[in-house]
Amino acid sequence: MNKLKNKITLAKNKWKDLEDNKIPIIFVGAASCGRAAGALELMPEIEKFIGEHNINAEILQVGCIGPCYLEPLVDIKMPGQPRISYSNVNAKVLSNILKSHLLDGIPYTRAAIGNFSKNTFMDIPPLFEHPMLKPQVRIVLRNCGIINPEDIDHYLATDGYQGFMNALTKTPEEVIGIVRQAGLRGRGGAGFPTYKKWTVCRNAPGDEKYLICNADEGDPGAFMNRSLIESDPHAVLEGMLIAGYAIGANKGIVYIRAEYPLAIERLKKAISQMREYGLLGKNILKSNFSFDIKIKEGAGAFVCGEETALIASIEGKRGMPRSRPPFPAISGLFGCPTIINNVETLGTLPNILRNGADWYNRFGKEGNRGTKTFSLVGKIRRSGLIEVQLGTTLREIIFDIGGGVQKNFKAIQTGGPSGGCLSEEFLDLPVDYESLAAAGSIMGSGGLIVMDEDTCVVDVAKYFLDFTQKESCGKCIPCRVGTKHMVEILDRITKGEGNTEDLLTLRNLGDTIKKGALCGLGQTAPNPVLTTLRYFRNEYLEHIKEGRCRAVVCKSLIEYRVIKEKCTGCQSCVRVCPTGAISGPRSEPHNLDPTKCIKCRSCYEICRFDAIAGDAIVIRTAEKRS
Amino acid sequence: MSDTIDLIFEKYERAQDQLIPILQEVQRQYGYVSPEAVKKISRYLKITENQIYGVSSFYAQFRFSAPGRHSIRVCLGTACHVRGGATLLEMLERELDIKCGDTTSDKRFDLDRVACLGCCALSPVVQIDKDIYSRMTVTKLAELLKSYE
Repeated sequence: MNKLKNKITLAKNKWKDLEDNKIPIIFVGAASCGRAAGALELMPEIEKFIGEHNINAEILQVGCIGPCYLEPLVDIKMPGQPRISYSNVNAKVLSNILKSHLLDGIPYTRAAIGNFSKNTFMDIPPLFEHPMLKPQVRIVLRNCGIINPEDIDHYLATDGYQGFMNALTKTPEEVIGIVRQAGLRGRGGAGFPTYKKWTVCRNAPGDEKYLICNADEGDPGAFMNRSLIESDPHAVLEGMLIAGYAIGANKGIVYIRAEYPLAIERLKKAISQMREYGLLGKNILKSNFSFDIKIKEGAGAFVCGEETALIASIEGKRGMPRSRPPFPAISGLFGCPTIINNVETLGTLPNILRNGADWYNRFGKEGNRGTKTFSLVGKIRRSGLIEVQLGTTLREIIFDIGGGVQKNFKAIQTGGPSGGCLSEEFLDLPVDYESLAAAGSIMGSGGLIVMDEDTCVVDVAKYFLDFTQKESCGKCIPCRVGTKHMVEILDRITKGEGNTEDLLTLRNLGDTIKKGALCGLGQTAPNPVLTTLRYFRNEYLEHIKEGRCRAVVCKSLIEYRVIKEKCTGCQSCVRVCPTGAISGPRSEPHNLDPTKCIKCRSCYEICRFDAIAGDAIVIRTAEKRS
Repeated sequence: MSDTIDLIFEKYERAQDQLIPILQEVQRQYGYVSPEAVKKISRYLKITENQIYGVSSFYAQFRFSAPGRHSIRVCLGTACHVRGGATLLEMLERELDIKCGDTTSDKRFDLDRVACLGCCALSPVVQIDKDIYSRMTVTKLAELLKSYE
């Protein structure tokens, strides 16, 4: 313990040096999303600038603070000034920022979105007053984008591993009691009380027990877990120590998607730092608790997010679920009692153990305590990773935090492919486990996909079902055959070949699959179809009866046209058309032959961005069928 | 091959739970899981080739034919779908004249879909080798392909 205390003192000093910096520090947001937006290309530019001007400065890579729509983000902290955050930084903006801020010491206000202090600094408002960040309550994400995720000292300096040290001063039963009082429920989607699962495992006979961190974040459109691991891996690992201590496990496994290479790399680094600091191994901090953590990479199967399938996968088998009981808490990995907790559940634990159950009870509402992270994406103005108290309404999330929708709001999908599509009338629904379930959706792991009038709900329902159908492991008939039938029917409808009876068949099939499927994948797969049938029936009927897709999405029901009056005959579209469907001499309105058109969108894009007219090509849904 | 694959085996115990990590390592080194590799793994782990194919074909990660010089992965996650990911895949299938999952005859590209890359806020995204390209359009993508040999 003393050795670690020394390390903490050193870490705090190191952090203080960072806050009272003598030389400029440049922070580059370099989680996967920042990298996709081009953050890494900025690094050599910064190094070059520093070299050319002979500036002594430090460059740090940090994680993701959340507002992905502003990526890449670069922060600069000059000595004696607060840290200033710049958004949408490209090479040109970067050079202006560096010249102004690094050379002259004057923040480049035009690209600045906020400063890290509580007050306005040189006309730059506090970052956490930003409309996207202000309504959030950041507990799990508290360090994300702020500390260097590859430096355990940064985590220690911000009270890291304090929760685990508190846990060690208590009995495992007391730790379970605190988690019970805190009211923490599983953040993987189902919302099962964490303490209940733990108690079963704690009391299960057997010397060998396992704790598995489920980082198989398979929901398309969800990236909360990736972001947390990339930005603050130690928070999740500390949570594993606490959970392992509580249930009496001494082996921990992180089961993580192979599609997340950066997250895996950061976990590996973090685990080796833990070893170095004596936070893993035998008799950790001179206690009786021994624990070690291994990483297992998933191999790309959505169903492996299901507990029993995940266990089969770790055992080296096909990732197929089995019927329960016995529950994994009694007989799981290699037949031993096993607890599987989601990344976010584990990331919450250090905060609860550090600050106490009463503190955690201040957030959320009765029965739904604490906060939940969401990835807010789709047709939303401010997309990104957010964390709000449970019980926040969808309206607050979409309009206050997300800044509203680009066009008219149509629907929001909660819970990914297992969730439901909710219409405008549900905007005031509080986001908690029970309210979402009552509306026919689920909380799920936290993907929120916003749709506007340009999104076709029938197409989205087909998309989700097609996804679950492809990911169905094939073990039980309702899921294997039922989802296939549903996809076929939906495909017919989106082609304008459906009939009204199809809607009844879809509902019957959906209800049967929900009741009959073996695991959560099948039981929730029909949700997107059932909810859209309930809340957007008219759109289904339009596809069926009128052969129209009002969102202009379903390919069989749309056509491309040239507006002759607008076309300047610039030939841009003629050049990009892959099938020669567009013809016409220069300077004269072009012709588009619908029999040759494959609706590839090339002409539409080129007309909007490169052509002289700008909007001469339109996509329209078919005329009403007579 | 036999030398290097034996080197891989040295790192793993002879136990079924090592099968997926071994397959992953084989694919990392050779780009795919070849019939010869399956034979050798079968002998090493003392499980049948059928079992190995059963497990490996269950997971999307494993491929059984040699990849191209560059691997294109079109993200078809929800956010990418809503913003036109499928149109990008169709365009690639047409331009490269292959189906999703195949490799071009000149071995320049292999093409596949991926469920989600987790960059949803920057959708639609396409991954070529290790680089992720955000906010793609068919025209930008056509330009981008030219920079890969």
